[in-house]
Amino acid sequence: MSQLFKKSANLWPIYLIITLIVLSSGLVGFFWYYGSPEYTDVGYRPKQPVEYSHKLHAGDLGIDCRYCHTAVEVSARASVPPTETCMNCHSLIGTDNPKLDPVRESWASGESIEWVRVHDLPDYAFFNHSAHVNVGVGCESCHGNVATMDKIEQKKPLSMSWCLSCHRAPEDGLRPLDQVTKMNWKMPENHTEFAQQVIKDKNITPPTDCSGCHR
Amino acid sequence: MSSKNIETDASLDYQVPLIRGNPTFASITESVSKVTEAKTTKEWFVLFGFFSSLTMIMIGSIGYLIWEGTGIWGLNNPVGWGWAIVNFVFWVGIGHAGTLISAVLFLFHQKWRTSINRFAEAMTIFAVICALVFPGIHVGRIWAVYYFFPIPNQMDMWPNFRSPLLWDFFAVGTYFTVSFMFWYTGLIPDLATLRDRATNKIRKLILGVAALGWRGGNKQWKHYELAYLLLAGLSTPLVLSVHSVVSTDFATSVIPGWHTTIFPPYFVAGAIFSGFAMVMTLAIIARKIYNLEHIITITHLENMNKVILLTGMMVGYSYSMEFFIAWYSGNPYESFAFVNRAFGQYAWAYWIMVSCNVIVPQIFWFRKLRRSIPVMFVASIFVNIGMWFERFVIIVTTLAKDFLPSAWDYFSPTIWDVSLMIGVFGLFFTLFLLFIKHLPMVAMAELKGVLPQADPHFGHDGHEGESK
Repeated sequence: MSQLFKKSANLWPIYLIITLIVLSSGLVGFFWYYGSPEYTDVGYRPKQPVEYSHKLHAGDLGIDCRYCHTAVEVSARASVPPTETCMNCHSLIGTDNPKLDPVRESWASGESIEWVRVHDLPDYAFFNHSAHVNVGVGCESCHGNVATMDKIEQKKPLSMSWCLSCHRAPEDGLRPLDQVTKMNWKMPENHTEFAQQVIKDKNITPPTDCSGCHR
Repeated sequence: MSSKNIETDASLDYQVPLIRGNPTFASITESVSKVTEAKTTKEWFVLFGFFSSLTMIMIGSIGYLIWEGTGIWGLNNPVGWGWAIVNFVFWVGIGHAGTLISAVLFLFHQKWRTSINRFAEAMTIFAVICALVFPGIHVGRIWAVYYFFPIPNQMDMWPNFRSPLLWDFFAVGTYFTVSFMFWYTGLIPDLATLRDRATNKIRKLILGVAALGWRGGNKQWKHYELAYLLLAGLSTPLVLSVHSVVSTDFATSVIPGWHTTIFPPYFVAGAIFSGFAMVMTLAIIARKIYNLEHIITITHLENMNKVILLTGMMVGYSYSMEFFIAWYSGNPYESFAFVNRAFGQYAWAYWIMVSCNVIVPQIFWFRKLRRSIPVMFVASIFVNIGMWFERFVIIVTTLAKDFLPSAWDYFSPTIWDVSLMIGVFGLFFTLFLLFIKHLPMVAMAELKGVLPQADPHFGHDGHEGESK
């Protein structure tokens, strides 16, 4: 009987195995890098209905975060301020500034301004602002240095591994309570002792089990 | 030389000749290979058409399930595990006979296995494929199914090695891989036989690739036999481990009725029991259609009936022991769970299970019934039904009445539960028909090894052989 295959056919299985290994690791690697929130979500900076600048308000003018995001210390949500909060000042300041037209419109009609949410966690993850802020996790830790942003942009990946990195080792995320809303905060020399003391005093044990966040 | 001598030699190994009709090597090759080479019969097409339509029902049901979610099934609180798991355990169990016949009986030199092992191994693989359909689709969000796998991801998510569901994943995965390799290794010499007989170029090439360059040389046989032995050794612990692990899905929970130490051996016995019944059903049909009565003899079937009788009684023992322990433990919840099983809202299912699994196999005490084809065919079907109900009883009755009486409910399947179950049976038989049509359904090479001609002393006088 004549030979069906050349001798080189003996190498086919090896080629097949190599191809499969390269393809499967390539596929996993591709999604690991390009599918991660660090690649897809960081840098998200949507157009907002009002050209509002956090740099101007929180940075140059130095208004505290909590002036607008009032519920942050007492509720799960930081809360987006109602038009009335803007008008506290803007009924007197910048009354002829065209950038404020949508705000005045909302004020007149009573319709809320539809801000676009930037830091959007999945619905199945329960995040509580008050639980974090009240033990001394700075706003900056998750939102970046807001005081330098004209338009709010997502700076951190907000992926599960990113959450867990702090939940597993909370030391570096803690600050004195009066520094929570401070931007560009520098860790003091003795931070480790401070953090360990806080963790001990407040009995900080961030959950790392599934039901900690996925209730 | 004398024919008398051959007979005495043979009678040392087995009382009755394994293969009837005194075939030659050539006639075995001919009768097995011609099934794959002959023109496809009309009957095959009719059956294939029927079962592949059922497979389409399965695909449709799965499509709707993915679109709509697991709410289309009868699942709800408190019965959160329904037919999907019942079917999963049922199919995994079916597979066990294949591994037992092919591996364990091989290691124990039970030569009667050679006629049915190919068949049983194929059944194992198809049954495990059918089983794997269910965990694959019951997760709800199938597009997130990669969560199962230990691959790097941005969620820091990693399989939980303390969960029996994970053990299950590995147990069934290993089972499938090893069974497949074992089956395929055994197929190689036979595929080469088919390749050498092939007359058309494409068939030659396809079978040539599948036969992995087998030439039947001495060295190749040596490697082959070692590989086969090693794989048989690897498969043997799987007979015990796979269904033991499946049973831990239940036994490691704290639900009365599941939380019992008897579960692993009980499940293994049940798995072998149901697997042999399924091999029986299929073998009876196939040997009839393809005239293989001389290869799969009545003695083989009788041996399988003995295994069914034995494992059936082991299952019956487990049923009664569960009741004994429930009473002996003095735990009121445990007692309630079992009394509820036998006399509660699902009593009908419980008694179907007991009749099919414990009472029906008792007929095999009688040699006459053990050797009667119609009797064993009907009995094997009853056993299949009974074993399906066993899983239904274990899963559903236990969940329907758990600790919280206010949550008690009655589980009823929906049309989608039924269509999926029927569809998966369709998948199983579709795969089986394809196997019967395209692959040698009896291990030709091995079968030749148990013929008298294969004995090195065949044709020589015993003393002559000794002196040289």
